[in-house]
Amino acid sequence: MKFSYSWCAPDRRRLFSMGNPQQLWRRNSAVRAFIVKEMRHILRDRQTLTILLLLPLAMVVLFGFALRNDITDVRVAIVDPAPDPATIALRDRFAGNPRFSIVAISPTNVGVEPLFRRGDADMALEFRSGFGESLARGTPARLLLIGDASDPNTASMMAAYAGAVIAGYQSAIGATGQSIQIVPQFRMKYNPTLESVNLFVPGLIALVLTLITALMTAISLSREKERGTLEILLVSPLRPWQIILGKVLPYLLLAFGNVVTALLAAWAVFHVPFRGSLILLLVSSVLYSMVGLALGVLIAALTSSQRAAMLGALVGTMLPNTLLSGMIFPIASLPGWLRPITYLAPARWFIVIARGIMLRGVGVAYLWRELVVLTVMLVLLFGAAVRSFNARLA
Amino acid sequence: MSSAIEVRGLTRRFGDFTAVDSITFDIQAGEVFGFLGANGAGKTTAIKMLIGLLAPTSGNASVAGFDVVRNADEVRRHIGYMSQRFSLYEDLTVRENITLYGGIYGLTDAEIRDRATALIRELQLDDAIDARVASLPLGWKQKLAFSVAMLHRPTVVFLDEPTGGVDPITRRQFWEMIYGEAERGTTVFVTTHYLDEAEYCDRISIMVDGRIAAMGTPGEVKQKFSAESLDEVFVQLVRPGSTPTLQHG
Repeated sequence: MKFSYSWCAPDRRRLFSMGNPQQLWRRNSAVRAFIVKEMRHILRDRQTLTILLLLPLAMVVLFGFALRNDITDVRVAIVDPAPDPATIALRDRFAGNPRFSIVAISPTNVGVEPLFRRGDADMALEFRSGFGESLARGTPARLLLIGDASDPNTASMMAAYAGAVIAGYQSAIGATGQSIQIVPQFRMKYNPTLESVNLFVPGLIALVLTLITALMTAISLSREKERGTLEILLVSPLRPWQIILGKVLPYLLLAFGNVVTALLAAWAVFHVPFRGSLILLLVSSVLYSMVGLALGVLIAALTSSQRAAMLGALVGTMLPNTLLSGMIFPIASLPGWLRPITYLAPARWFIVIARGIMLRGVGVAYLWRELVVLTVMLVLLFGAAVRSFNARLA
Repeated sequence: MSSAIEVRGLTRRFGDFTAVDSITFDIQAGEVFGFLGANGAGKTTAIKMLIGLLAPTSGNASVAGFDVVRNADEVRRHIGYMSQRFSLYEDLTVRENITLYGGIYGLTDAEIRDRATALIRELQLDDAIDARVASLPLGWKQKLAFSVAMLHRPTVVFLDEPTGGVDPITRRQFWEMIYGEAERGTTVFVTTHYLDEAEYCDRISIMVDGRIAAMGTPGEVKQKFSAESLDEVFVQLVRPGSTPTLQHG
């Protein structure tokens, strides 16, 4: 069913004319009354409000810890059949590293297997006899690293850390011409502390904003549709854009507060650095929020029930914005045919902006492309939202 | 202009289906007009065109002296509307609902305060003014919704099945309120399924399959169909050749 009155020509002209001051005052009082009402809805629904306010905090903390790729407290069993100064020095290096703790030292490897079985050790470091001699002679000194690979990611991470400790020892003794051969061979990539959290926080901000803006507006607008109050509003002198504005402004405010909470949590709990302009990040967040709000309005206009709107918002915004935005899976690792689709996810652009500002400290000069894309998205979506809002009411 | 509502050949089609088929009528200012018809006869579609929620396919209509297509904004300012679904915000208090609608219709704070006080006294809601609407009994909600729809003193008010699900005593009170407004000169356009209520109207029309099958005072309509009651008229009109049609609008 079509409904198109408000966009007849005379209306559109009036949309942009200011009218006399009294008219303007009255029109504003209508929007104000509407915003006050919307705030009351939000404030009165205590449960939802509490969840929305605590959400960014909980997400930053939980995801921050859960998605940490680095490992602490690796329990090492050491097998040293013939201790010599070199093995003892290397053992001390492990003992002195906060990441490792030595749970057992024995001359044979018989005791190692039970330790693994009981889960009392994560890794074993086994020296071959004559380690120090080989090192002194410049022939390959052998040691074996055995990791508990029941979690392959953790195992390879442990191996990398252990490799780093060994490499540290090697360079400390200045054994340039000599080599310590490690069996098996490990990658030596060292992941600095909490790097994953740093990368994750910008994505998390995008996720929270999507949730508040797209999901909550879609739900609140479709609720009015379902309960019949929207019909009353449409019969009133309020214009569609005033209704939309009144709907989205309070959520914009809430979203803004959430960005600040998420940033504070990231800074306080994980000491995530903030290298760029806070103002630019907040402005970008508002821009991104408005894209989400327009999407939410659009979804509410296209669906006929709260439930459908909620599912629509989850599938239409949350999924692409988490899975196709580079937040969890790097875009470069997606299959080629999927990559162009990621351009449609607003979060993809926002995450580039947020990471750029927070981690690299770059400004508009580097991020203008992403900002332009988001602005274009906003204009298109807002236009579509107002139109579909008009067209799909009956 | 003495007609509060003027309808000329108003038609609305949805694809092949004609929901409202060239209806024409006039309603005088201050009249209580009953708009009757079976479910799916096209009543709601007709109302939606009159209040500017739906564009007519052809024909035209004016409400309160303003064309519903060309002057939709003016129409909105001059009408009140209460839908068949309960239409106040349940999580807001009585006072907050009144303030909201007053604000939307551009009333000043002083006007809102004065009218709210009068309204509350009339409905004897003094104790409930700061209670959430959700906690009120249905009858009170409906009366409150009506009063709120009248807050900006519209010249024409559209009531779409206002008394659905309400007990007989409250219905009676509700109709007293309607008469009160009509006496003040407000034109009342009301749809209902209760044919005893239709007897209270100055004039009625009965819609069948998108057309107006009968119109006049309740007495005239009964006479024309030589029926004892409007009930009989309704059954006579709706029964013959009534093919089950898809419910629309």
